[in-house]
Amino acid sequence: MINSVLVANRGEIARRVFRTARALGLGTVAVHSTADASAPYVGEADAAVLLPGNAPGETYLRGDLVIAAARAAGADAVHPGYGFLSENASFARDVIDAGLTWIGPPVEAIAAMGSKVEAKKLMAAAGVPVLAELGSVDADDLPVLVKASAGGGGRGMRVVHRLEDLAGEIEAASAEALSAFGDGTVFCERYLATGRHIEVQVLADQHGTVWAVGERECSIQRRHQKVVEESPSPLVERVPGMRAELFAAARKAAEAIGYVGAGTVEFLADEAGRFYFLEMNTRLQVEHPVTEAVTGLDLVALQMSIAAGEALPAQPPEPVGHSIEVRLYAEEPAQDWQPQTGRLHRFALPACEFEPGGPRSGAPWVRVDSGVVSGSEVSPYYDAMLAKVIVWGATRDAAARRLASALASAQIHGVRTNRDLLVWILRHPAFGAGDTDTGFFERYGVGEPLADKEAEELSALAAALADAARNRATAKVQGRLPSGWRNLPSQPQRKSYAVGDSTYEVSYRLTRDGLVTDGDVKLVEASAERVVLDLGGVRRGFAVAAYPGLVCVDSALGPVALTPVERFPDPARQLAAGSLVAPMPGSVIRVGVAVGDEVKQGQPLLWLEAMKMEHTISAPADGVVAELTVGEGEQVEVGAVLAVVRAGEDA
Amino acid sequence: MSNREAMLEKLAALDAEHAKALAGGGEKYVARHHKRGKLLARERIELLLDPDSAFLELSPLAGWGSDFTVGASLVTGIGVVEGVECLITANDPTVKGGASNPWTLKKALRADEIARANRLPVISLVESGGADLPTQKEIFIPGGAMFRNLTRLSAEGIPTIALVFGNSTAGGAYIPGMSDYVVMVDGGAKVFLAGPPLVKMATGEDADDESLGGAAMHARVSGLADYFAVDEPDAIRLGRQIVSRLNWNKLGPPPAPSYEEPLYDADELLGIVPGDLKVPFDPRDVIARVVDGSVFDEFKPLYGSSLATGWASVHGYPVGILANARGVLFSEESQKAAQFIQLANRTSVPLIFLHNTTGYMVGQEYEQGGIIKHGAQMINAVSNSKVPHVSILMGASYGAGHYGMCGRAFDPRFLFAWPSAKSAVTGPQQLAGVLSIVARAAAAAKGQPYDEDGDAAMRAYVEGQIEAESLPMFLSGRLYDDGVIDPRDTRTVLGLCLSAIHSAPVEGTSSFGVFRM
Repeated sequence: MINSVLVANRGEIARRVFRTARALGLGTVAVHSTADASAPYVGEADAAVLLPGNAPGETYLRGDLVIAAARAAGADAVHPGYGFLSENASFARDVIDAGLTWIGPPVEAIAAMGSKVEAKKLMAAAGVPVLAELGSVDADDLPVLVKASAGGGGRGMRVVHRLEDLAGEIEAASAEALSAFGDGTVFCERYLATGRHIEVQVLADQHGTVWAVGERECSIQRRHQKVVEESPSPLVERVPGMRAELFAAARKAAEAIGYVGAGTVEFLADEAGRFYFLEMNTRLQVEHPVTEAVTGLDLVALQMSIAAGEALPAQPPEPVGHSIEVRLYAEEPAQDWQPQTGRLHRFALPACEFEPGGPRSGAPWVRVDSGVVSGSEVSPYYDAMLAKVIVWGATRDAAARRLASALASAQIHGVRTNRDLLVWILRHPAFGAGDTDTGFFERYGVGEPLADKEAEELSALAAALADAARNRATAKVQGRLPSGWRNLPSQPQRKSYAVGDSTYEVSYRLTRDGLVTDGDVKLVEASAERVVLDLGGVRRGFAVAAYPGLVCVDSALGPVALTPVERFPDPARQLAAGSLVAPMPGSVIRVGVAVGDEVKQGQPLLWLEAMKMEHTISAPADGVVAELTVGEGEQVEVGAVLAVVRAGEDA
Repeated sequence: MSNREAMLEKLAALDAEHAKALAGGGEKYVARHHKRGKLLARERIELLLDPDSAFLELSPLAGWGSDFTVGASLVTGIGVVEGVECLITANDPTVKGGASNPWTLKKALRADEIARANRLPVISLVESGGADLPTQKEIFIPGGAMFRNLTRLSAEGIPTIALVFGNSTAGGAYIPGMSDYVVMVDGGAKVFLAGPPLVKMATGEDADDESLGGAAMHARVSGLADYFAVDEPDAIRLGRQIVSRLNWNKLGPPPAPSYEEPLYDADELLGIVPGDLKVPFDPRDVIARVVDGSVFDEFKPLYGSSLATGWASVHGYPVGILANARGVLFSEESQKAAQFIQLANRTSVPLIFLHNTTGYMVGQEYEQGGIIKHGAQMINAVSNSKVPHVSILMGASYGAGHYGMCGRAFDPRFLFAWPSAKSAVTGPQQLAGVLSIVARAAAAAKGQPYDEDGDAAMRAYVEGQIEAESLPMFLSGRLYDDGVIDPRDTRTVLGLCLSAIHSAPVEGTSSFGVFRM
């Protein structure tokens, strides 16, 4: 019997579990780091306990503090979510020893699957097909994948193409794994560059019933993290008989370790439908909602009822239709997936409220599981995932179309995301054809922004006209005189906006005869929030939102984030040539040079850690290090000057 | 030709003259100025103004009809900087290096007067080569008023700010010298009493521009510059920063928070004034297209009906309006006006005069009826009224009617003309006719035959001259108005002027001259 559940996690998964807990009439307890104090899941919980600090090692990985929090706040069950302590057997044991209900699999099952190396051996013995672990790597094995034994979510994972890189990458992967999971063990296996990632959701109760609920395909990945997940898998649909074999293997895997609860058995498959056991995740998966969408199940509710000892029906429900989930990350795909931080001014997606499985007939619907709301701060301390957007449709095409349009019309302001990329994937012919292996981005690139140059130009004009309307509306004097009125017009109003590397100079005059600007554009109406333009007889609406140093323009032509170019550049703020600035907030983990050192172009100067990733700051040209303004361990803000390299000739 | 066509033709001619002012010294000098990395006078102003705010250029036709470039190498106007309505002046260095000619001086002094009367902070964008030497006799002695005015404005608590972009030497050095705040642009500002050659002649000292009057020197050594600007935009940024810290409050009452736009289209103002001013028009057609909600509460509508008087508001500011309805002012109209002006002073409501008058009525009956006395009552009231006045010359503004309706000599805060306006002692034909009658009588008295051909030629010549000299561009060129405006802009211009006017207190008086009864 559970009365109150503590979620030993943060963000969207904490909110997800709380929703079900509330629906079941249970109390909710959140734990949070200092940086997460104002996160939505914290405010929404019945009670919240601070885990002081920000690094995961001080907060969400501190099992002792979590258990103390459960005691203090009166929770009698712990749900670990995914990541953090979710696959930590000793934490599960401690929870149980503390007299709390552990909403997860048995400690032994976690331990058995916790070591990927051991798990593989176990599975091979049980007759589940596996990809052999490489004891030693030679040239014939290349490329190989270095994986953290305790890992997941792509952390501690490296692809190695050259033998000479192997030692370094193993070291780096091990360091990353140690910081992320507290265990630096890594192993190598053959890397299937273009495999398919297929996984099976299993549910097992304490009475011997084991369900294979359905498969998911999660082949489109970046940096070994999943981006798009769907159910059913296009590959499994295509290969006759594959689903039955897959489900049988998954059940075998679960049964081999006496599994109880919700788990996922992951396989790597090739185009012919041959598949190999990768690992078993002894927890709820990020992508569990696609299974919920096609089955109508609430997997979290089932986890809780299994933990409470209830029995599953003999057979799982038959999946209906098609579901796709995309992960909306705060990141810049075109800049090596660089994580983005900052204030998320607005986060608005036209979607239905969360339901664990909506209707499975009729028009497609969208579900949003988000960890953020308008006004949230995206910090550099944790995963950059803002939300999962899930669609259900009667067919895969219908689902993809609906999801693409929901994403395209979302208002996401303040933090750059992979939204455009997701829409591009969903509309890509290869995706439409179900051609979705793990080499998708290597093969097709990362797409173009939804808004093309013309859309950017029109958005800049809309931004300028909305700004004009705001200036008039907020004027202290003469507010209702015609905008920019002149009895002797000598020049137009001029405003400049930067979008990426492009700068748009907008020139306009508002006269008694209407808008005068470049191009065949008429102004229908303008307010600070909305501008309607007539483009050669076609009216288009632009929603404009202005924030300090940022204007976001959303329209059917695509979202555009513009940076207003300051009218008067502050002379003190101009950067010295050759200045290297921090691309994101983070901490300096190593400095490789000293002032006066001669450096070659591309030579690493210092290393930053942000968002759990290392970023190298390299010399932009051959020259001499003229200034070094930071030292090891120092926390730096985005845009801070880290070093100045003076080019060779004027050194 | 329709009224509208006639007006559009006049507007096209006006645009052509305004274009001359905008062209400044012409393409060659504009290009040279830009090549030096400098901004034009109006580019400096545009950068100084709040984005999307209005700017009313004043006296843009100054010097029209003279040997000097239209606009008189100076731009003046009212604009909003950091939410504060300021009087902005900018030398146009593309016109003879921004040198001042007699019209420049008149224009500058008029701008000072507007700043003083309406309490508008003054921002001077300085780059002038000094006085136009061939006409120095017209400038040197009266020109001292420019410096006197600046410090008197300061004494009255009206801030004065000089942004020095270029030459500001000899007498010109006292523009920054007399200003409350001074910003100088590095590499551009040159502020000294005497340049290197004159210093060499006077004292034998060798000195360069920079050590005598550069921005760095004045900011670090002499202290004449309060702010050192690295370039022109930086100077303008600093100018805006100074204004933002003035803690400036307008002293007049604020406008109504909300009001209606006129119910009738301003575009129709083009069709109201007939091409031939002999044809009367109803000023209520104008008022309906200018005032808030087209609401005009007429005062004494049945009495003295050649002058419409009444209350309205423009952009939320209450106003009293006096508008000529049928040209001639009779005794009744004069007395009605005198009473109305006193009422506006009791309630401290600004007055707007819409001119279309041929003057006070003449003739035995009217002289005997006391038209001079009654006209004098109106002129007394207008002269001693203390509420702000704004005059708009729509059509005729002849004779003493020009005075009674608050002509230039009666110090309206602002006076603008439509392109259809004419001002003179009387109409050209009437004036020529009078001369003809006098000459004919003189000939008759001497018993000489009258030269009819000569008379016709004389009349044609006089008519032509008076016509030319009564046109708004000619009068505007002589600074007898503050500009010629498009009739469609009347509401905007009035709204802007009323807003500027309310920077100063708006208070009426009960103290008038003796009303002759």
